[in-house]
Amino acid sequence: MTKTKAEEMAALQQEISISEFFTKNRHLLGFDNPRKALLMAVKEGVDNSLDACQDAEILPEIYVEIKKIKEDRYSLVVEDNGPGIVKEQIPRIFGKLLYGSKFHRLRQSMGQQGIGISAAALYGQLTTGKNFHVISKIGKNRPAYYYELHIDTKLNEPKIVTEKEVPYMKDQGTRLEFEMEAKYQKGKQSADEYLKEIALSNPHAKITFKDPEGTVITFPRAVNTLPKEAKEIKPHPYGIELGMLISMLHSTTAKSLSTFLQQDFSRVSASIAQQICDKAEINMHSRPNTIVRNQAEKLYEAIQQTKIMSPPTNCLVPIGAEALEKGMRKEIDAEFYATVSRPPSVYRGNPFSIEVGIAYGGSIDPEGSVQVIRFANRVPLLYQQGAGAIQKAIIETAWKNYNISQSKGSLPQGPILIIVSMVSVWVPFTSEAKEAIASYDEIIKEMKLALQEAGRKLSTYIRKTVKAREQREKINLFEKYIPEVAEGLSMISSAKKTDIEGYLTKFLKKNIGELIKGLEDNDNKEKE
Amino acid sequence: MTTKKKSEIALNQLGEKLVEQAKKGKNPEIIYPLRGLSNVTFDKKSRTLRMGNKTASRSFFNVAHAKKFLQTILVAVVSKELLKREKHTNLRDLYYQIKRTIPGTKIETVEEQTETDKAIEDLEVMTGFSREQLNISAGKNGSVAGKVIIEDRGDTIDWSKMGSGGWSVPSVVEDIKFKKVSANYILYMEKEAVWERLHEDKFWEKNKCVIISSKGQTTRGIRRLLQRLSEEHKIPIYVLTDFDPWGFYIYSVVKYGSIALAHASERLTIPDVRFLGITADDIEKYNLNKHFIKLKDTDINRIKQVSEYDWFKDNKEWQRQLKLMKQFGAKAEIQALSSKGISFISETYLPEKIKKKDFID
Repeated sequence: MTKTKAEEMAALQQEISISEFFTKNRHLLGFDNPRKALLMAVKEGVDNSLDACQDAEILPEIYVEIKKIKEDRYSLVVEDNGPGIVKEQIPRIFGKLLYGSKFHRLRQSMGQQGIGISAAALYGQLTTGKNFHVISKIGKNRPAYYYELHIDTKLNEPKIVTEKEVPYMKDQGTRLEFEMEAKYQKGKQSADEYLKEIALSNPHAKITFKDPEGTVITFPRAVNTLPKEAKEIKPHPYGIELGMLISMLHSTTAKSLSTFLQQDFSRVSASIAQQICDKAEINMHSRPNTIVRNQAEKLYEAIQQTKIMSPPTNCLVPIGAEALEKGMRKEIDAEFYATVSRPPSVYRGNPFSIEVGIAYGGSIDPEGSVQVIRFANRVPLLYQQGAGAIQKAIIETAWKNYNISQSKGSLPQGPILIIVSMVSVWVPFTSEAKEAIASYDEIIKEMKLALQEAGRKLSTYIRKTVKAREQREKINLFEKYIPEVAEGLSMISSAKKTDIEGYLTKFLKKNIGELIKGLEDNDNKEKE
Repeated sequence: MTTKKKSEIALNQLGEKLVEQAKKGKNPEIIYPLRGLSNVTFDKKSRTLRMGNKTASRSFFNVAHAKKFLQTILVAVVSKELLKREKHTNLRDLYYQIKRTIPGTKIETVEEQTETDKAIEDLEVMTGFSREQLNISAGKNGSVAGKVIIEDRGDTIDWSKMGSGGWSVPSVVEDIKFKKVSANYILYMEKEAVWERLHEDKFWEKNKCVIISSKGQTTRGIRRLLQRLSEEHKIPIYVLTDFDPWGFYIYSVVKYGSIALAHASERLTIPDVRFLGITADDIEKYNLNKHFIKLKDTDINRIKQVSEYDWFKDNKEWQRQLKLMKQFGAKAEIQALSSKGISFISETYLPEKIKKKDFID
């Protein structure tokens, strides 16, 4: 019997592994070009280290080194003092895409999808053919293990090339090193810029960076306390999508629909669960895995129609106004700093919190638009600044009210640096490359409230200092006028110029306080 | 003692007073009569604008005054120098003599000529001497033609033999001598173009009169010239302006004095002048409404202001004119008369008006 067409095709059809998919679509994950690829690799490595230290409650000390191998070929080293990785897990964590502990949890963390470091490793392998090197040690009296890994792109499986115990000086930590096709450049959207910004949002971390020329830059620690631990929360019913709901129904351990709703979601009590089931016209004792698709749809609609308490917000760990200001004072040379930390709020069932920092004057470029630094769960966003919620919120804020110039529909102008940070159990990005935050109304509103508060603080400062400066200039003017007036008066009187100058200078010195007070009264009158 | 000597002394007194204040540890301050409508009264008896009793003060150690104070002193210095050397300068020149950058700053002593113009007016009220007496003059302005012979700085000038441009009126006419004046009246107009028409038509010869024009506002030189002709030779003066509130004000300045120069009223007013036109009645009589120009907001505001000035307020005829202007919702220029024929103004309009004594007081 000859094969049917379908059977012939079936022989050709095969599962496309995630690694293979990445090979063909690496731009989706941010590895579009050699320059950006290097930045992404640094980012994934550092984010991982910070998250690991946070989990283990260790004050992070991170070392980053970029070594030039040859033209367009660099080697990246990221080393931390984190908890280390148990031997058996090492190959999978670095050699298998989408493996990790972050994707299945709703908890604020830097990396959100676990695709990061292994994607960087894979990129390195694809562009250089070189293997990935890891050393990890989990405790003082434990051995350090060294692995050389190769990713099998078809099977999405790590292949161990070398595995051995090695001497390692530190008590614990992880060091990884791999080569990749890359371009190293300083300036905007560079590894340097990324590290500077991450030092701002993580003032509890100490980061050391050695660039390809051998220059070592240290970002010192500004606060000696760890951010409190981010609590994991169950998803809130409002935040769930239909597809997710169906998959949860099938994987739950709960024996009844009512239990499922109470046990797998936050803020669902027995009575709320009953309300939902009644609205959906499904028996609350049904087994979750027997719920069919159109029932799931009804259930989904019933959830939207039921009033459910907002999710708990104690799961969020913002940078904190004080810590953010300390970070800013250490990394940004300015004459004024203000920070604002908003109380948590909720979008689509996801708790989030917004913080804003503003720095003014000093060595901040006074020409053109303000500089904007964006953070999502403490991770700097370096690309697509014009696209996201942060840009929108800054533009929609009426900066003119705060003595700052702004043309309609544009960023404000002046020697100002604005930091906007969002932390959430789930940051809504506009794309998989995680470069911009999606513009939910609730998020924009919170950002604007924070920007306005910071704007008010800045405005007070500007009014005070600018006014004081103007007053000084006006008083200085008298000094310049005195010789002119003295000369003139000497020509229409019998007095000498030097004498008149003396009288006038004496008057100025004696009455300077009153003159300044007169200026202030004048200003106040103008305001009225 | 000559006027020149007196004004020089006044400047010195001002200087000594200021130095004395500074020496005593006081803020040098000049107190002088306030200029502006709020300090102008219309003296019904003499029918002139008079300066009131309100004063203003200018002190050096005051951010709002410091620069103006300096400018006033600088003008005083220039004036004193001129008086000493018996030289004159004009307003434009004065501005350039004073303008420079103050050392160690980016600040100019004066930005625009209006600042020195104001400073000299302030100095006038501070010293009680006129700009001319301080040897500062405005440039010459306007044109004159007629059967008049004068002597100016030793030169004999015949106003009937000045070619197409006529004689220009200098800023200071004090020392002019009238040798021979043969005119039945003087016609003063705000428009140079109208003067040119009348001059070309030899209007002054045919009607035995003097024609004088300015460009817009009447300068002090022209006002003093008109006043001298009126007082010394008893010649009636008729004023011809556009039919608009600005034209009416020009007439009132010649007659009663101006708000800005209320301090100089005595030397410059001519209570006997009469307004010839253009009146609302002329517009109806000669069908000039085809050449109406719609009133703008600024015109309407000005009508309101002018009608509220004391010297217009109690005058029924002027109130009627202003009311009609508002009713028309339009103004008209003297040149509207030309639509009746190029020489209609010289051959029909003016002779008719003067013959019938169709004036407004």
